[in-house]
Amino acid sequence: MKHLLSAADLDRDAAVSVLDVAEQMAATQQREIKKLPTLRGRTVVNLFYEDSTRTRISFEAAAKRLSADVINFSAKGSSVSKGESLKDTALTLEAMGADVVVVRHPVSGAPHRLAHAGWIRGAVVNAGDGTHEHPTQALLDAFTLRRRLVGEDRGDSSLGQDLKGRRVAIVGDVLHSRVARSNVLLLHTLGAEVVLVAPPTLLPVGIGSWPCTMSYDMDGVINGDHGDLDAVMMLRVQQERMNAAYFPSAREYSRRYGLDAKRVAALPDHALVMHPGPMNRGLEISAEAADSARSTIVEQVANGVAVRMAVLYLILSGENS
Amino acid sequence: MSSAQRATDPSGTSPPSPAVSPAAPAPDARAVLEAAEISRALSRIAHEVLERNKGAGGLILLGIPTRGVHLARRLARRLAEIEGTEVPVGALDVTMHRDDLRRQPIRAIGATNVPAEGIDDHVVVLVDDVLYSGRTIRAALDALSDLGRPRAVRLAVLVDRGHRELPIRADHVGKNLPTSQLERVRVHLSEVDGEDSVWIEGGS
Amino acid sequence: MSVYLLRGVSPLGAEPVDLLIRDGVIAELGTRLSAADARVIDGAGLVALPGLVDLHTHLREPGREDAETVESGSRAAARGGWTAVHAMANTDPVADTAGVVEQVWRLGRRSGWVDVRPVGAVTVGLGGERLAELGAMADSAARVSVFSDDGMCVHDAVLMRRALEYVKAFDGVVAQHAQEPRLTENAQMHEGEVSAALGLTGWPAVAEEAIIARDVLLAGHVGSRLHVCHVSTAGSVEIIRWAKARGIDVTAEVTPHHLLLTDELVRTYDPVYKVNPPLRTADDVAALRAALADGTIDIVATDHAPHPVEAKDCEWGSAAMGMTGLETALSVVQEAMVDTGLLDWAQVATRMSSTPARIGRLADQGRPLAVGEPAHLTLIDPAAVWDCDPAAMATSGRNSPLRGRKMSGQVVATFYLGQPTVLDGALNEPVELS
Repeated sequence: MKHLLSAADLDRDAAVSVLDVAEQMAATQQREIKKLPTLRGRTVVNLFYEDSTRTRISFEAAAKRLSADVINFSAKGSSVSKGESLKDTALTLEAMGADVVVVRHPVSGAPHRLAHAGWIRGAVVNAGDGTHEHPTQALLDAFTLRRRLVGEDRGDSSLGQDLKGRRVAIVGDVLHSRVARSNVLLLHTLGAEVVLVAPPTLLPVGIGSWPCTMSYDMDGVINGDHGDLDAVMMLRVQQERMNAAYFPSAREYSRRYGLDAKRVAALPDHALVMHPGPMNRGLEISAEAADSARSTIVEQVANGVAVRMAVLYLILSGENS
Repeated sequence: MSSAQRATDPSGTSPPSPAVSPAAPAPDARAVLEAAEISRALSRIAHEVLERNKGAGGLILLGIPTRGVHLARRLARRLAEIEGTEVPVGALDVTMHRDDLRRQPIRAIGATNVPAEGIDDHVVVLVDDVLYSGRTIRAALDALSDLGRPRAVRLAVLVDRGHRELPIRADHVGKNLPTSQLERVRVHLSEVDGEDSVWIEGGS
Repeated sequence: MSVYLLRGVSPLGAEPVDLLIRDGVIAELGTRLSAADARVIDGAGLVALPGLVDLHTHLREPGREDAETVESGSRAAARGGWTAVHAMANTDPVADTAGVVEQVWRLGRRSGWVDVRPVGAVTVGLGGERLAELGAMADSAARVSVFSDDGMCVHDAVLMRRALEYVKAFDGVVAQHAQEPRLTENAQMHEGEVSAALGLTGWPAVAEEAIIARDVLLAGHVGSRLHVCHVSTAGSVEIIRWAKARGIDVTAEVTPHHLLLTDELVRTYDPVYKVNPPLRTADDVAALRAALADGTIDIVATDHAPHPVEAKDCEWGSAAMGMTGLETALSVVQEAMVDTGLLDWAQVATRMSSTPARIGRLADQGRPLAVGEPAHLTLIDPAAVWDCDPAAMATSGRNSPLRGRKMSGQVVATFYLGQPTVLDGALNEPVELS
């Protein structure tokens, strides 16, 4: 693949191969020598217009483990804060010989422009654009789900497997969530069923055509109204949304849509609790839920490096690059 | 995953192709080794390995995916028959250490399984089906050095077809096959392809 | 030389005739005309329309001369077959005083390519708080009769009522840019399936329809004329149809791009498709075409909105809204309405010349092609096919969503005050006005 801009860029086979390659990458990360020479001589630029220590470090670690050169460009205090346009920044990166630009930007579609406007020749990986998509997050979520649900179920390797027949609930501010959009697309591609749970104000108009179902009733979904759940993915809810009247108060949101201990207990025994981070403990997710044995929140972060290594490998190796 | 499973979406993504393809040989192909000869060659290699090593002590066989792994397992069985001891067998994928990634279609990454004892202070015998330019083995040596420090590394191959580009040689060879660079050498193994044979195709 | 013999032109698509222009008027109409002193123009295959009148253009001067000037915009208008354009008031400074509108009017006269009619702002600085001096602008040399805060909506109900009432004194009309601001904060594109998938803040159709519904009721209540700018939704069409059926004096315009393009184009995230009101769905396009055909929508107006290159060569969220249109409007109308059988050329003339002239109270424009009438007309070759190349246009704006497209129908000549501003498909000479 030339670019990774949206989870829709991957069909089932491509998605499974990313997960399989990520398994191999994860295996190398268990060794004493974690570094591989695979991308030696290639240059990866992290172009982050939004503060995000977690994702940037994950991409940086992934690139360095594959021996690529990494250049970090963050917006604060840079030429961007002095008004430099995306185009001019891109032209500078092209002049520096970037093979791939990993970009996080507050405006939906910025990575798309970067990839298609003709400013750079390298590949573009979307690390989160506005409220549009965050494909590598969806990939690491799928990787985590596959390892825990398919790998453990079968008692053997999950290689070559997808998530057919699994059911995942995504709960929270879907309207503003790039993680939700990417996950709905990717989980569907991998054969899973998705149910979105949110108050009506936080679901987009035009969601009817999405490959998923939806419900305003959190308890109903947890109790299996849409079928037994294999995982619940909680989305971060921003406090600012209260001021824009998306919901009346944090307390009411938490009461109706928060994942507390009671709701966790009502889940099927094997069901997982996921969260892309960072969490608002006490708002969308309680401390008990976040710290329970079903929670994959910490391993999602670790899996992120292996998945991003796989993405960089698949983008930068092969005849297309 | 087989090369038959190609993506059809417009963004042009496709799954990585395997390093070998289990397709039928071309019409102009000629068989150069049949099942019986392959079996004899493996038995001879097993004896050579034991002779060189003065027994089975400290040996570890690592096959290079895909077919090298099956050959390594067969070799291990013969060693066990002859010496009466189990020799550990594993797999060593070298894709991530290759120097020609950009010039090939994307390769799937195979599994690397190192036996529990590790390779430190052991004699590692790398096993592969065809030795050609030597670049795969160079990558294997790099991959090995990330896993530990063997006492010695040896190489056993079913077929040596010449045209080395690096100073690499096999310690144990099933058959020397002079070929032209226009020809392709195909190895079939029953575990993968349903039967045992070696073919040369193309060329003149 | 001010005698032109147009041979064999088809007036409004009817049987070919010869048309003689002398001293600024149509002097003769007939077959086998001759005039010794005339410059002869071969009109075989050409359709003659009265000079087009655009009720909605942005000439950007004063203040944004990096995007367009009265001169460059006028040239673009002439090339597009227009003989009059109404220059919207959202300049810098805003055209909310007699001084600024007279400046724009004088710049237009000095350029001499088209009749530039300045539009006066409804509120001071487009701020939506206080009425601008509408009377002073009406009385000025610019003789403003169309008032609009276009770019912004006059969203305060009381202010809109006052404006509708006030302009009655001088037969003015308020042209409303219908956009409820609170429902469209930071809106980027039409709110629907595409916006949900692309993660862009939506501009719901109801934000346009709710304002139109309120305004037609207000206009009915106070007995005023109302004009609705750039109608873009099927729902808006329904409301206007209802209002007209009740006898409310409302007129409406549609842009060429809303007759042709949908929000599916936004999937490319290319800001050339970013416009206000936004591109909407295929159903909306169909409803707008039907409405223009049956007269619910009265006219086509370009909302020509040029921008400097850097305002569009960036990511969507940072890009300016607007598309150019003066030089492509007629081709788009031919493709969307004439070639599809929805309109004939006589009806195009009504919708692009005579009705806009009537709404803007331009007595001498949009006149019939008859002896004694002012010679404002345009000759079109419907069979011509040309490539849309923004770099080859007279407008300074390169932001045309039609770039690279094959366009049907081309303006071969434009006559303003009886003189050819465009001849043989290219700009000729402006008119010297005293």
